Amino acid sequence: MESVFALLVTAFMAVSVYLMLSRHIIRVLIGLALLGNGVNLLIFTAGRLTRETPPLIAPDAEAITGIVANPLPQALILTAIVISFSFFALLLVLGFRAYQDLGTDDTDGMRAAEPVDDPGPPEGY
Amino acid sequence: MAAADVSAALITAPVPLSDWLVALPLAIPVLAGAVLVLLRQQLKQPIIVAVAALLAMLVTDIALLARVLQQGPVVMYMGAWKPPFGIVFAADVFGTSLATLATFIALLATIYSAADVTWAERRFGFYPFLMLLMAGVTGAFLTGDIFNLYVWFEVLLISSTGLLLVGSKKPQIDGALKYGLLNLLATTLFLVATAYLYGVLGTLNMADIALKVRAAPADTPLVTIAVLYLVAFGMKAAAFPLNFWLPASYHAPGAGVSALFAAILTKVGIYALIKTEVLLLGPVSAHFAPVIAAVAGATMLTGALGALAQSELRRLFGWLVINGIGSMLMGLAIGGEAGLTAGIFYALHSMVTMAALYFCGGLVEALAGTDRLTQLGGVQKRAPLLGAVLLILSLAVAGLPPFSGFWPKVLLVKAGISAGSGGLVLVLLASSLVTTIAMGRVYLFAVWRDAPDAAAQTGANGPRSPGASVLLPTLVLTVLVVAIGLYPMPVHELAARSAAGLLNADAYSHAVLGGAP
Repeated sequence: MESVFALLVTAFMAVSVYLMLSRHIIRVLIGLALLGNGVNLLIFTAGRLTRETPPLIAPDAEAITGIVANPLPQALILTAIVISFSFFALLLVLGFRAYQDLGTDDTDGMRAAEPVDDPGPPEGY
Repeated sequence: MAAADVSAALITAPVPLSDWLVALPLAIPVLAGAVLVLLRQQLKQPIIVAVAALLAMLVTDIALLARVLQQGPVVMYMGAWKPPFGIVFAADVFGTSLATLATFIALLATIYSAADVTWAERRFGFYPFLMLLMAGVTGAFLTGDIFNLYVWFEVLLISSTGLLLVGSKKPQIDGALKYGLLNLLATTLFLVATAYLYGVLGTLNMADIALKVRAAPADTPLVTIAVLYLVAFGMKAAAFPLNFWLPASYHAPGAGVSALFAAILTKVGIYALIKTEVLLLGPVSAHFAPVIAAVAGATMLTGALGALAQSELRRLFGWLVINGIGSMLMGLAIGGEAGLTAGIFYALHSMVTMAALYFCGGLVEALAGTDRLTQLGGVQKRAPLLGAVLLILSLAVAGLPPFSGFWPKVLLVKAGISAGSGGLVLVLLASSLVTTIAMGRVYLFAVWRDAPDAAAQTGANGPRSPGASVLLPTLVLTVLVVAIGLYPMPVHELAARSAAGLLNADAYSHAVLGGAP
């Protein structure tokens, strides 16, 4: 089971790297979203996959007995999803705003902060 | 049903009042941020609330630092869960001194930018972002849980992107987009490394990780994880070759925000890098020390050469930040108590000096109405005090005596020679020379020569003289730069104790985990 998930994570990462190598902001963004999902699956797999038992304590017991699924990765993934989703939303809006204001989606053309026609520092006094 | 015995997992004793000191520097900015969201429409109150909150944070930070210096790491268990089950906050000397200095600089930056923040910027959340940024920074410096560290990194990333964007000028949108994208990638890589670490060791508590790493069998793939952390935090800290987001974005917002970013954000990356590579994965990261050394050397050189090639003041300073990051990495690469002490000393010096330099740069820009070296000039005639400040800061950032940059560089050279890394020492000295040339040129053009005639009219708002609220923070930091240069011992003591704490993982683990195995 772990190996199947490992391959799935690999696929996510490969696709996201391919997309992030693009010059177009929207592809980079989709790549980042996929990378985030790949990482979430990775955390899930790293916590070991146990399908048999949910981590519930019996009414008359005080602790879990036997082998149960690991509940911690779910808490971690939930946190990571919330954070990466909200930041992805912000970047998506920002990317669109950049497209409107700078007139391009191509990172090569986004030179408002670092103009290409910069004359360089003075060479003599 | 009788009450269950929970003593195996929970701490049943009430939290001592003094332990709340660990949580207060975090609770204050979060609360103040919430209040400031409500006060967005107001004209005067936000700045008062922000300054009061930062003052309160500073007081608690100092109290916490005093306590940590006295009795070692102060630990607080969130929700009373015993480690390694719950999240702990563990304030050690390293994190607490950085947090205290960061809060102090944020306070000055808030006062500095008070006059600059327009009504629209206030309305779009300048002060709430500032408070959340400080919450993220403090959380990152104080937490003792590596996943929690990731959360604080995201908090400070989101709020710093917000601060970069407030104002919505074109360079800001451009810079913030690149900053946001690349830093999100870096934190995601950090999360990848953390997932692997969790998969291998089964724990997220830093003290527990430190113990388990040292007890791990030899075939555990810890080197891979340590290198992943190096890449992730190296990107956050703007180390070569992952440094190009910094000069693309740091100059875009106002001078106060630029100063805050330059002083604090990359240092959080350096802090996390040193903490993971030394305290957590110390025995492992020794295997790739040459890689860290190469990165350090390349970062120092790129920073210095980049500064030489810039024609705008604050873009030039951005490269100097990178140069400083290289020097801190050099401390990490040399390692040992001497190397780490020098690196941490450099980090403390760099926070003060870079903030002061950006403050001063902002004043020079406002005075001359331009930020281009080719058009600057006449500062000496119109504001001799500002010229003197710029001279002091130029010498400090280049590492010349008698200012704060001198001592960490002396320590680095000494540690480097005694550790046999002569190459790195040579690179450090060469990059200092190039930095001196770059800053000397700034001084020559901006201060010494007369202003070219056209320059007076080119500024958007026209030239103006600095008021007290912007001059005071600059002077305070400059005095601090001189004071550290003349009396380096207190700062050296802090750095040395930070380094000793980082190298003694057993004592840290014992303090956090208590008697628990």
